[in-house]
Amino acid sequence: MPKRNDIQSILVIGSGPIVIGQACEFDYSGTQACSVLKSEGFKVILVNSNPATIMTDPALADRTYIEPLNLEVLKAVIEKERPDAILPTLGGQTALNLAMQAHSAGILDEFGVQLIGASAKSIETAENRERFKEAMVEIGLEVAPSAIAHSLEVALSHGDSIGYPVIVRPSYILGGAGTGIAKDRDELEILAREGLETSPATEILIEKSIAGWKEYELEVMRDRADNCVVICSIENLDPMGIHTGDSITVAPAQTLTDFEYQKMRDAAFACIRRVGVETGGSNIQFAINPDDGRMIVIEMNPRVSRSSALASKATGFPIAKIAAKLAVGYCLDEIQNDITKVTPASFEPTIDYVVTKIPRWAFEKLPGSKGLLGTRMQSVGEVMAIGRTFPESLQKAIRSLEEGRNGLNGDPKELELDGLGNGELLELCGENKPGRIFAVEAAIRRGISLEEIFANTFIDPWFLQRIEEITCERKWWEERAKSGKNAVEEVTKKDFVTAKKMGFSDSQLAYFLNIPETILKAKREDLGVFPVYKTVDTCAGEFKADTPYYYATFEDESEVARSSKQKVIILGSGPNRIGQGIEFDYCCVHAAKAVKEAGFEAIMVNCNPETVSTDYDTSDRLYFEPLTPEDLGHILRAESLSCTGEGKIYGVIVSLGGQTPLKLANSIDPELVLGTSPRSIDLAEDREQWNKLCQVLEIPQAPGGTATNIEKAIEIAGEIGYPVLIRPSYVLGGRAMEIVFSDDDLERAWSEINSSGSLQREGSLAYDRPVLIDRFLEDAVEVDVDALRDNQGESIIGGVMEHVEQAGVHSGDSACAIPVQTLSREVVALIQERVVAIADALEVVGPINVQFAVKDGEAYVLEANPRASRTMPFVSKAIGCSLAKVAARLMTGSTFGELVEEGLLPKDIAIGPGGVPDLAEGLDYVSVKEAVLPFSRFPEVDSLLGPEMRSTGEVMGIDSTFGLAFAKSQSGAGSPLPDTGMIFLSLADRDKKAGIVAATKLVGMGFKLAATSGTANACMEAKLPIEIVVKKRTVPENSLDSLESDNLTDAISLISTGKISLIVNTPRGRGAMADGAYIRHAASLHGVPCLTTVSAALAACDGINSWREHGLSVRALQDIHAQGIS
Amino acid sequence: MRDRDRREAVLVLSDGSVFEGLVGGYVPDEGVCVGEIVFNTSLSGYQEIVSDPSYAGQVITFTYPHFGNYGTNDFDNESKMPRCSGVVVRDVTEIASNWRSQLNIEEWLINNKIPMITGVDTRKLTRHIRDLGALGCAFGPIESSDVKSLTELAKKDGPTDGKDLVRGVTCDRPYTLGNGPINIIAIDYGIKTTILRNLAGFATVTVVPATTKADEILSGDVFKRKANGVFLSNGPGDPGVVDYAVDTVSGLLGRVPIFGICLGHQLLARSIGAKTIKLPFGHHGGNHPVKNLSSQNIEITSQNHSYAIDQDSLANAVVTHVNLNDGVVEGIELNDAPAFSVQYHPEAGPGPHDAHYLFDQFKELIEKCSGDKKVK
Repeated sequence: MPKRNDIQSILVIGSGPIVIGQACEFDYSGTQACSVLKSEGFKVILVNSNPATIMTDPALADRTYIEPLNLEVLKAVIEKERPDAILPTLGGQTALNLAMQAHSAGILDEFGVQLIGASAKSIETAENRERFKEAMVEIGLEVAPSAIAHSLEVALSHGDSIGYPVIVRPSYILGGAGTGIAKDRDELEILAREGLETSPATEILIEKSIAGWKEYELEVMRDRADNCVVICSIENLDPMGIHTGDSITVAPAQTLTDFEYQKMRDAAFACIRRVGVETGGSNIQFAINPDDGRMIVIEMNPRVSRSSALASKATGFPIAKIAAKLAVGYCLDEIQNDITKVTPASFEPTIDYVVTKIPRWAFEKLPGSKGLLGTRMQSVGEVMAIGRTFPESLQKAIRSLEEGRNGLNGDPKELELDGLGNGELLELCGENKPGRIFAVEAAIRRGISLEEIFANTFIDPWFLQRIEEITCERKWWEERAKSGKNAVEEVTKKDFVTAKKMGFSDSQLAYFLNIPETILKAKREDLGVFPVYKTVDTCAGEFKADTPYYYATFEDESEVARSSKQKVIILGSGPNRIGQGIEFDYCCVHAAKAVKEAGFEAIMVNCNPETVSTDYDTSDRLYFEPLTPEDLGHILRAESLSCTGEGKIYGVIVSLGGQTPLKLANSIDPELVLGTSPRSIDLAEDREQWNKLCQVLEIPQAPGGTATNIEKAIEIAGEIGYPVLIRPSYVLGGRAMEIVFSDDDLERAWSEINSSGSLQREGSLAYDRPVLIDRFLEDAVEVDVDALRDNQGESIIGGVMEHVEQAGVHSGDSACAIPVQTLSREVVALIQERVVAIADALEVVGPINVQFAVKDGEAYVLEANPRASRTMPFVSKAIGCSLAKVAARLMTGSTFGELVEEGLLPKDIAIGPGGVPDLAEGLDYVSVKEAVLPFSRFPEVDSLLGPEMRSTGEVMGIDSTFGLAFAKSQSGAGSPLPDTGMIFLSLADRDKKAGIVAATKLVGMGFKLAATSGTANACMEAKLPIEIVVKKRTVPENSLDSLESDNLTDAISLISTGKISLIVNTPRGRGAMADGAYIRHAASLHGVPCLTTVSAALAACDGINSWREHGLSVRALQDIHAQGIS
Repeated sequence: MRDRDRREAVLVLSDGSVFEGLVGGYVPDEGVCVGEIVFNTSLSGYQEIVSDPSYAGQVITFTYPHFGNYGTNDFDNESKMPRCSGVVVRDVTEIASNWRSQLNIEEWLINNKIPMITGVDTRKLTRHIRDLGALGCAFGPIESSDVKSLTELAKKDGPTDGKDLVRGVTCDRPYTLGNGPINIIAIDYGIKTTILRNLAGFATVTVVPATTKADEILSGDVFKRKANGVFLSNGPGDPGVVDYAVDTVSGLLGRVPIFGICLGHQLLARSIGAKTIKLPFGHHGGNHPVKNLSSQNIEITSQNHSYAIDQDSLANAVVTHVNLNDGVVEGIELNDAPAFSVQYHPEAGPGPHDAHYLFDQFKELIEKCSGDKKVK
């Protein structure tokens, strides 16, 4: 069946901001879908609130709406664009839920829009747990005993009758939010209450827990002629009980006989047919009882999922692309397999390697969180590694995590485990915590039996035995070390190959031999032990494949294609983590496109399966490899060996992928580093040199100094005066950054930096670098500038952003606006001049980001980073020009003049206040970026913003005024500004003056106010009507609050009963519980928007006011940037 | 056994290419294993594959690197004993992890006297076979095998072309399975257990040796039952050399409903005058897309054949199924006789169940023909 011709225009819904459970895999799927639909001739309309995505690049759709993903916006877009169809299955749970809402609200019928990919009925069947269960029983599949509850009482009685432990699963949720295992009635009560609140339908499923069973996933596709295929099978190393997003998973399934596998395959097809997913991909999860093979269907996602992205990268089969084609009518046999180019897509990929995925968590950024894994997903990113065997892929995956481990133990970090007793170690194995795999290895090494480890972990014995092989090999090397001084001299080529085949890195082997890595490496190279590169080809070598999608292994034949082109290698950003996420992938993808267009061969190196950069279509060659010096060295060697004729490695781009590639810059030939020199990068990071530079340039800085011990730190703080900002150098996302107010505070913070050890995870840079101590400028306005400079010394300002939150809140967590809102042109001029001066001094070629704190008309420079910033995609979307693309071209030798000529930059760029071309000059609309925070998943963590970044994603609001754009950004971030109701205020003393201004505005707009006594007194002094409440029955935080009395309402119950529509809580310093943390805790628990700065409150006033005046209007980027470039 | 403890081995192809590996499985007295090298791309089902008699004379390369993960069990055997010459793998697992497992793979291979070479760059080997086609091969422990003599052996004894391998795998005497109301005679050219299991699900199946004549089958006396249908089984080797089997099929045409699988399919085609050809490297795997031309459905199929019907030589039959990868004829239906056949394996074992309906189709054909006769 060919393409449907009854549809001309299709609305694609994106997945919104990156949140836990829904990350950049949906940019990957959405990007594939948009480009396929466009190339098929459909008019593509896209709605997505996330500016840091490739899919929202104006070129990928005909009409791109960066607008909040809510019903009101969707309706407005439908009304304006009148699409024939909506494709809701490629934007994660967000898109699916929004489409269902539109269906229920009758909007689809009203405008005659049909859902393609999955019908409302099939979505309902898959997503509604009760219906799903009934459907499965109907087709003869077994499900775990369960019952639905809409109230706590019913939930508890179900728990009692099913028998504990039970799993609580809220309906219509993503990433398992609100899901958990209750061991008894008391635990059920807590979980059920939370689950009922989390579920948009106030519905939870109480289900018999089958924790400990083996867990599998099948990625299935179906076309409208009812052809079904399995793209990939995935086996979880971590058994049932840990969310699959938080599990180490392996593809293909390892421990199923074909007999069982085919039974599962039949069940998956029966499931997709019964649910009625007519076209596209679905993910179906199964549990298998290891004792008797009993199979239970767990759940089904009637859409492209995180696992689909993994399966696509694991097999080379582009699930999202094919799903989009199937949705518009094609059948599988009408679509070509991109990789073989000769066979159709109607087949089941077969692979000849093993893929391991490991999640990455961010618990170190969420103090207070328990760090225990369970049925709700908590990881913020993941890595994938490919090896010919499981041990090899496992060790490569561990290396890819960039947590300072170069494999499965074999480094000083393992000593922590070796210090434990057997009991403690086994306990650690059994605890569902990140990194338990290291404990498992340590236990095996100690000789604890696999049976005992299995009994504690339920990790399948096959995995345990393969880990044991890693351990045995390690012991062989350790024996060598014991045998004599020159152990390394006697190691043969075969010995090296044997170890390398199991995925060992040089650093591990050197650790076993107790010699420096350089010596080991030299020996290995002498013996000629290097990896070969094999191709991911969907067919295990059966057909010829030209797609250069490579992974390294240690075997006989390498498949790297010869090439006579000039090559540019782009280093990606590795796993998503807080502080380094999709923004940098966005930059790398643009770089690949840019260098391709410039005639280079674009070579991508990355290990993150969720990204667009690891799509084999993005670059000319893809190396799916860990980003470590050793692995990169191998790639550089292989690439230079593959050069023929004029071919050579032109250079390596290290400055677009965040801190990850930057850290690798020192391991490669400086001549190969494109753009700004490593020396300049170091200069900007090195405090002494940087201070000197600022002095020479006469750019003021906040007074400060550096210290390597606490005595010195206290001395500096004494000189410059509190509050001070302390931060280690060379970290991204403000890791361990803090504002401290006193000597005691400083001592505590210092010891945290030293003792937590979490900094070590980022590559142990912290220990040999000093800690920076700066005077913290209170109430300063923070400004971020993205600029570019070419090799002729010309600079262009990309955009100057004004932060909504004052300096002190990490720029990644702060809302910001383009153009600036409160700063005078004189100040902006000053800022721009200083940016150019710094860029010149650092001899930047490519991007630079500079941050300032503006106070009393002076712009103090905070830091400068001659690399792509997190804000680059946002700025690009705001100004309608891809800064990353331009930056990549500048780094590969082009000049601004040439790029204007090519049309990559606009002609006649307006000159900004600073006298240099400014791409944001003259914009007649405002763009606001807002951060999206993960606190709803971690109710135990204080949601207070500070200098350490904790947001996982961002949204953008664009409109004609700041107020409207801010309101959109809040709505996009999931905390829409209220229009009526009661606002709870709790202001720190220093905020009271400004806070009263906000309060007065709110009262003027008809809001009621409630506050605790301190804030209430201030309001009453300003003659504002206010309801006085007590915080809760605790010791008051200051004397003004001590009016606490039992006949007053308490804040917590107001919040928990839904009487508060917005909270403004501005605390002083970093949260002790006394400092309003309980209010923020209640806010995250009950989903009440909570602003923690007065500036945000003022912005909100502005937003609410503008919204009332103008209401919603949506505008496509293509209209906004009518003269659009990019 | 850990790889470090294994002896080194070497695999040589008839074109002289050499692959290093390690000794595994059974080591024959002469130390050397010889056969025709093929590769199979299935991700699971190694036990069924190794025990499939159609691999007689062949050395199977497994493209999936891990071998033996879930062990072996009696139920998954496709024959009483494996007939393949040997296996080539990348990595053999020590532990067997599955509730169904009875024996780990290496012990099972030793018990069944199947030699193995492990630690081979099987992807390189696969790509080599893909480019050069099926070749003779020989492997053995490095200390007892030199490359030159292995090459000679590979050239001399490796290829299966022109060899009648059926006689070596067929049953010695007839036997019966199942007790369904329909009588099926299954001619055993190397029949797989899963096929028998499927047929016995609805019929009483009498399995007869490959050399059985048409008259014996049709008489109703020899096997004490009148055949309502005849099944032509899968089997190893060159369909061009088993003329005795073709004669039998020719004698059955039009007189009894026939269903053939794999070699049985090729023999059915030969019985109406079609020729068979050798494919460059055959189809061996569990993911081959086949289009059913009448329903237009796509079936993901299990395949194991090195030969195929030469479509140009096919007359008096319609092509019912084609391979979407390379257009090879995957199914035919005769114009003038109640007979059909498929090149692939609807019984799976291992592989997908998508084409299981063909057994129902056979049953329906038998019922229809029996009904017609009653009318006559």
